[in-house]
Amino acid sequence: MIDYTLTLDNVVKYFGRRLVFDGLNLTFESGNVYGIAGPNGSGKSTLVKIISNIISPTRGKIVHTSSQKIIEGEKLHDYIGFVSPYLFLYDEFTAEENLIHFSNIRGIKFNKQRADYLLAQVNLFDRRNDLVRGYSSGMKQRLKFIFALLHEPQLIILDEPVSNLDNSGKEIVYGIISEEGKKNLVLVASNEDSDLQLCNEVLNLENYKQNKKI
Amino acid sequence: MKAYSLFKKDWESELRTRYAINALAMFILVTISVIMFSIGSEKITEYLTGGLLWVVIFFSAMSGLSRAFVSEEERGTTMTLHLIASPSTIFSGKLIFNLLLVFLMNFAITFLFFVLFESFIIKNIFLFAVAFLFGNIGIAISSTIIAAIISKASSKGTLYPVLSFPILLPLILTLLELTKFAMDGNSINDSLVEILVLVCYDVIMLTASYLLFDFIWKE
Repeated sequence: MIDYTLTLDNVVKYFGRRLVFDGLNLTFESGNVYGIAGPNGSGKSTLVKIISNIISPTRGKIVHTSSQKIIEGEKLHDYIGFVSPYLFLYDEFTAEENLIHFSNIRGIKFNKQRADYLLAQVNLFDRRNDLVRGYSSGMKQRLKFIFALLHEPQLIILDEPVSNLDNSGKEIVYGIISEEGKKNLVLVASNEDSDLQLCNEVLNLENYKQNKKI
Repeated sequence: MKAYSLFKKDWESELRTRYAINALAMFILVTISVIMFSIGSEKITEYLTGGLLWVVIFFSAMSGLSRAFVSEEERGTTMTLHLIASPSTIFSGKLIFNLLLVFLMNFAITFLFFVLFESFIIKNIFLFAVAFLFGNIGIAISSTIIAAIISKASSKGTLYPVLSFPILLPLILTLLELTKFAMDGNSINDSLVEILVLVCYDVIMLTASYLLFDFIWKE
């Protein structure tokens, strides 16, 4: 298991004058599944986007380290696997074409064996040559897990991982979370009790809100 | 190599969706037809055809080149790009894509001008080719960075020409001058200052774009 650590140092986020969260001082380590909970609008998605370096915090610092080495922002995408309902893949390509393009853009060789294994794991192997345009929302959600896992990331961020999934899809996702949580760092942002039950520790964002205005 | 892979993805996507090519082709056809109709049987001067060439190129660039980033924003795939590549890779990939589009578009426009306008006569083809090369590179770089800026805005259609005009104006003015020189049959040495202005414009825009893109790209 590679030692991956994520440290949030006094992270604060405002949208305009509205405080989203304040004073987040946390450390997450690999080999664990952490939950991020909170009601709608509490900033779960904002926090995971900040951690993924997609948006900037208003104040504070986020440090990612792999084997005690700090990962620079430019290279962070190589270490992160991300799944969320607001992530979209390319509709005009087939599932396999999407995965080939993603591997090439990442600068890694397309691992067909791993792609086929993951496609089979999420029950999409037979539909791998169909255009994503023709997929149902649940199938698109399953494909996002392959997008997130194909490059073997060390930090896996799952924002509402079971949205649009049927019961069998949920079981598959819970299996993936348990498996990945043994060797990697997994963050699950969700309100579903069944999702949060898989977590070793749950962080409630409601505890990081003060009625402050800037 | 990563940038080339991103370009390849964009090109294959373009061939399937025809997001930019159709818009560009229609715009070129419509604009040139309108010019032909408005001229009628009048004989126009050489210099005027040179000016019209760059007017058509400027507005065609406005209609098609913003798609590089706007299409990603509209399809919601901007975040996907964030998660697979660094900002410099994304900018390079999109720039290669726009370079190809600009060259294809401008070759088509120039060819149509040669065929349709009798007075479009270039005496120094080599000088025109040099201006065409550096001009196209400048248009592609400027359009790419402006497209990245406006893709985050709500009124994309209006903002693109408004932002492009001041940025592309020095380039278009220099290109107009060089086209005039090429029509007069001036030598490269006589036009060296204008060519150097073009090269400087390209280098400045490229450097500024790479420096700024990181800030534009990250919300």
